Amino acid sequence: MNIVLERRLEKARWAVVIVPIASFLLALVFGAVLLLAFGINPLQAYRVMVSGSLGDQYALTETLVKAIPLILTGLAVAIAFRMLFWNIGAEGQLAMGGIGASYVALFLSDSLPDPLTIPVMILMGMLAGALWALIPALLKAYLEVNEILTTLMMNYIAILLVEYLYLGPWRDPEGYGFPGSAPFPQEALLPRLWGRVHLGIIFAVLAAFIIWLIMNRSQWGYEIRLIGENPRAAKYAGIDAKRNMVLVMLLSGALSGLAGMAEVSGIARRLYQGLTVGYGFTAIIVAWMANLNPLGVVFVGAFMGALTVGGDQLQVAMGIPAAVSLVLQGAILFFVLGGWVFINYRIRILRSGKQKQAGELNE
Amino acid sequence: MISDLFSMTVLVGILASGIRLATPYLYAAIGETFGQRSGVLNLGVEGQMLLGAFTAFYVAIQTGNLWLGVLSAMIVGAVMGLAMAFVTVNLQAVQGISGIGFYLFGLGLSDLLFQRVLGTVETVKGFPKFNLPVLSDLPIVGEIFFQQNILVYISFALVPLAWFVLNKTTLGLKIRAVGENPEAADSLGVSVARIRYLTIILGGTLSGIAGASLSIALLNVFQQNMTSGLGFIAVALVYFGAWRPFGVLGGALLFSLVNSLQLWVQVLGIPIPSDIAVMMPYILTILVLVISVSRVRAPSALTKPFKREE
Repeated sequence: MNIVLERRLEKARWAVVIVPIASFLLALVFGAVLLLAFGINPLQAYRVMVSGSLGDQYALTETLVKAIPLILTGLAVAIAFRMLFWNIGAEGQLAMGGIGASYVALFLSDSLPDPLTIPVMILMGMLAGALWALIPALLKAYLEVNEILTTLMMNYIAILLVEYLYLGPWRDPEGYGFPGSAPFPQEALLPRLWGRVHLGIIFAVLAAFIIWLIMNRSQWGYEIRLIGENPRAAKYAGIDAKRNMVLVMLLSGALSGLAGMAEVSGIARRLYQGLTVGYGFTAIIVAWMANLNPLGVVFVGAFMGALTVGGDQLQVAMGIPAAVSLVLQGAILFFVLGGWVFINYRIRILRSGKQKQAGELNE
Repeated sequence: MISDLFSMTVLVGILASGIRLATPYLYAAIGETFGQRSGVLNLGVEGQMLLGAFTAFYVAIQTGNLWLGVLSAMIVGAVMGLAMAFVTVNLQAVQGISGIGFYLFGLGLSDLLFQRVLGTVETVKGFPKFNLPVLSDLPIVGEIFFQQNILVYISFALVPLAWFVLNKTTLGLKIRAVGENPEAADSLGVSVARIRYLTIILGGTLSGIAGASLSIALLNVFQQNMTSGLGFIAVALVYFGAWRPFGVLGGALLFSLVNSLQLWVQVLGIPIPSDIAVMMPYILTILVLVISVSRVRAPSALTKPFKREE
């Protein structure tokens, strides 16, 4: 018996839906084995995760709270990945957005008319994120420096910069040694709509819709998709890949920056440590599970939000470290990545007698 | 206080800890060199190191046997390498991104295991200094190079060994062929898949030791996310070293010296905020990547999955 992969003539559309779901289920089975090994009843653990993330109004709002940064960074990652720019730096770009917005809230809000504070914070947050993304984009476009490594390194630098600011020069002088900046003034806070769910949820959904329009209904979106899917054809069509790379990364960084702005202004209401908890990495899973589709990102983002909140509930209710959800995320990502093979290939199991003939067909 | 940096004792101290700190970089980056020479970018190093670090630490505490700790870390690294190989070779996943999956997985699982089975922060009595006879008595040089723990010596010995395997053996030739031109290698009867499995598993094994060298030889503790990007920097070192073991050695020494300097600056109380000092290796990594791009060409098939077709 022999197992071979056969290239499909057309991409399998069903796989776009089935692969993420199957990957998630496989990751659940994998997680169950792991939990069993720890002597924990997986069914009970999963029940806690579901009821903790969806079971009541509080749980539901917390899930949406986590979904906001995940959708925004998920979109950021998805558009970069569309043109095969592997932006692993959403975390750092989010952190810089948080810094940019905090700067406005802490130091400029007094001299700004109140209704302008939030818009200027949004602008500065997006600008800071975009500039942080610009560095690896320029390095990749014009010097061919590996963007995975530069964006990763920029994450560490941005996270340390946040820490330096809230422990050092921006530390609240009246904070009794509490690590964090001074609380933002009232006019710098995003209004809350439901529980802790703030206006950022509107930004996230709106952004998804706009990105979808850009990708699917505009000339620019067409160019980006062509560069990603068929770089050679894009080149013959006279599309400037380098320029597009820089533009897409500016947009990508701005989206992550907006996520950072929403976190400091809507949730923490100051610059503090909890700003960088890994949304930028989970965003990679969000983007991939959504098959880089902006509208899909909204649903997967909400779903991963639930997984994160559920993981936190495990800690509260059963004393199981929240790291479980990180393990599940890692498992989901490589199941999804591995699963994409089914879009382009079909698996055939051949009896040994046929092996030679099939081999000839295949090779 | 800046002048304190230039006293003899401090200089020797900086150099000696520089040599010691090169160990995890060396194990991880030499392993990664094999993977990249065969055309596979293994970004799972960070996750493999974290799990290796935890495993070595746990086994060393439970059994009191440090070598058993290293061996277990190697096995865990190899198993992670095997999984990575399956995902990249058979399922042809995008290599950079699947590596991030392994990073998250290793980060989460090592933290989970630590909290679940150990819970409290403990220290382990790690590998002791092993003074090489005669050599360690040399003034200055002896103190810098020859009063280290055994994992340090092995890591440096690995460099010429890796050079020899890559450049002077049939296996090395096959690895390089698979990384440069897999179609040609395949037509000559070299199994691309088998070679890549081998190099990725080897890389995982060495990353496991790299983790062990942190948790039971250098720091003698385990902490959540204790590698803090060291595994990713090791991947960058392979670029810097132009895919050559001795180049990688140069990069590892550069980084370990910067790290060592940064630690001593803090020890001596020189007023640089620690967050800014800790940033240095990451900034240096970006600079190093920029400098190294123009110098040498990467293996042609790097990050490209291989599929026999038509």
